Amino acid sequence: MLGEDSTPHPQERSRREQSEDPEFLQLLDPSGQRVARPELDRWLADVDGEGGARVLAGLYEDMVVIRRIDMEATALQRQGELALWPPLLGQEAAQIGSGRALRQDDFVFSSYRENGVAYCRGVNLNEILRVWRGNASSGWDPFEINMATPQIIIGAQTLHSVGYAMGIQFDGADSVALAYFGDGATSEGDVSESMVFAASYQAPVLFFCQNNHWAISEPVTLQTHITLAERAGGFGIPHVRVDGNDVLAVLAATREALDRARQGGGPSFIEAVTYRMGPHTTADDPTRYRDANELEDWAAKDPILRLEKHLESRGLLTQELRERVAAKSDEVAGVVRNGVITMPEPEAMDVFKHVYATPNSWLSRQEDHYRRYLAQFEHHGASAAGHVSGGQH
Amino acid sequence: MTATAVNPSGQTPAEEQRAAAAPSSFPVEPDPGTRRLNTAKAIQEAIGSQMEQNPEVFVMGEDVGAYGGIFSSTTGLLDRFGAQRVIDTPISETAFIGMGIGAAVEGMRPVVELMFVDFFGVCMDQIYNHMAKIHYESGGNVRVPMVLMTATGGGYSDGAQHSQSLWGTFAHLPGMKVVVPSNPYDAKGLMTAAIASDDPVVYMFHKGVMGLPWMAKNKRSIGAVPEEDYLVPIGKARVARAGTDVTIVTLSLSVHHSLDVAEQLAGEGISVEVLDLRSVVPLDREAIVASAAKTGRVIVVDEDYQSFGLSGEIAATLLESPDARGAAFSRVCVPDVPIPYARELEYAVLPTHARIEAAVRAAVGA
Repeated sequence: MLGEDSTPHPQERSRREQSEDPEFLQLLDPSGQRVARPELDRWLADVDGEGGARVLAGLYEDMVVIRRIDMEATALQRQGELALWPPLLGQEAAQIGSGRALRQDDFVFSSYRENGVAYCRGVNLNEILRVWRGNASSGWDPFEINMATPQIIIGAQTLHSVGYAMGIQFDGADSVALAYFGDGATSEGDVSESMVFAASYQAPVLFFCQNNHWAISEPVTLQTHITLAERAGGFGIPHVRVDGNDVLAVLAATREALDRARQGGGPSFIEAVTYRMGPHTTADDPTRYRDANELEDWAAKDPILRLEKHLESRGLLTQELRERVAAKSDEVAGVVRNGVITMPEPEAMDVFKHVYATPNSWLSRQEDHYRRYLAQFEHHGASAAGHVSGGQH
Repeated sequence: MTATAVNPSGQTPAEEQRAAAAPSSFPVEPDPGTRRLNTAKAIQEAIGSQMEQNPEVFVMGEDVGAYGGIFSSTTGLLDRFGAQRVIDTPISETAFIGMGIGAAVEGMRPVVELMFVDFFGVCMDQIYNHMAKIHYESGGNVRVPMVLMTATGGGYSDGAQHSQSLWGTFAHLPGMKVVVPSNPYDAKGLMTAAIASDDPVVYMFHKGVMGLPWMAKNKRSIGAVPEEDYLVPIGKARVARAGTDVTIVTLSLSVHHSLDVAEQLAGEGISVEVLDLRSVVPLDREAIVASAAKTGRVIVVDEDYQSFGLSGEIAATLLESPDARGAAFSRVCVPDVPIPYARELEYAVLPTHARIEAAVRAAVGA
């Protein structure tokens, strides 16, 4: 039976899947040339208008800076200063293009890789890194930047985004909930179920799927035989497949979808086709499962290089801009590095905090018991935290 | 209500106001009065009253609208509050529990019904990894003030996938409170407390205590319920019947059976104390220990599975307490088998009057 199946092996198909699809939205081709899509002009009025140079420079700066943050964090992990890091290398346009389309009162539910989106939301970078150093299970206060604690369980946050969106709907507000997830997550029941509910209730939610082609070692072709965007169509959700390495296409598509939601048009689905240039996390080695040629193909479509070429073709890639962006990158990298190496270690008794919002007498007794246990060691001159953190002092 | 309106503690001004107002606006445990309701109506009344006072409270689940909840927990609410606040959902427990969580994060106070607790298997990730952990994982910044209401228990031949109790399973996992009312008065007061709580609360009602005409009737499933709002504090057990010879620690429908046994044996001069736990998390260990210290004999009657659960936890509590360490201990639980479908076989495993009576007689040597 297997021999009669004419379907190619999923990994053979992975290179066949390309972007020649006429529905594939691209506004900057890999050589940096602007592709005409007049129907989308209204979403890029600021980019094409008088202040366009400033807007483009801003997007450029954001992408360069988050790449630098990402590389600095990767380096810190390699040096043993972070426990783990999930690099976003290659996905800068997908994250900045969408992140910069948001309004402050929109609310983001993301996975663990959307650190570029968190940057757009104004996060304190050291609050991201506290988690990856292993010092806390949470970094930022979600209500300060309107972005939930990153979700580790694949796809689970999509349901929270729909519930949040229904709350927005009930309040009569015109903000939007965003669910960020990857190509692998689309195979999770939670993601399909969240689309059922979003469509049923016409909730103001945007499903933003970064198809970076790999779920750890599994290619996207193992997850689906049609495009991920087409899946949304089955739920009755408007959908678009965009070049995720094209910051302008992502920006325009996200703005259009957000506007639809604000006008009461319900959910949308964006598949941003991009590529995870690095490992899934610093704990894995992608050379074990993917082809170096594939990496090379995608390097030629690099999102930052593409915007640089575009800026250059318009005479906007000035020395001043390059220097300013480089200085900002250095500054931010310094903040990250210094923040990480000077970060205070957590206290042992912190484990009992925040299990409940209201008192739980039994847990309080467990806490007291543990405190008394730790107190036994104090006369040896070791602090409580020092004792349990296994000889770091 | 919207995220922009919250302060750094994650509370809206309205929430802060409500939290401050709660103790005085909810007189604790008033006299039950004389008006009688069944447990289902008491639950409906609690939810309806909270919905009237607070636009953030809403109900969501399967068949909670026109049907009124298949065990009548939401009857009448759709007519009073409309489909925007009494929401029938597509058939995915994972999805509507996950959405309840999202709505709670947004500032709502959802009451989400999981039709049968047995269905937790398809949605446990959202319950224990999200509903129960978001507060902790967010460093205390995000609260999930959600009630997960669910039907438990057997006794009516509904088979192994519709008859379980399972409160021990939820109680084992940190981050959620677990309440199990046995009667109409507690049902209303615990629901009011659950909706007011800033923690997620799993609210588990036994189908056999709802007072439904199509279920086996139980005389205690109809009782006096105050018309005004009141809280039954989460984490406080109640001595349902005072006694001196032996303590039955129990909850839910088994409270009724235990009281029946206690009444019968009183005629023989055996004095049985019945402690209705009402909450499993937090568990009122002080009340258990106090009663055990008084009678010196403890029998746990629990419709959940025998091993690795509530009855074992109570035994450990007694052993850890200097006041109750010497108490004699036994338990009447469901043996570690799936709940049988055939009525005769189901009643062979449930904690019936006969099994409880035998345990009491064994404990007091009568």
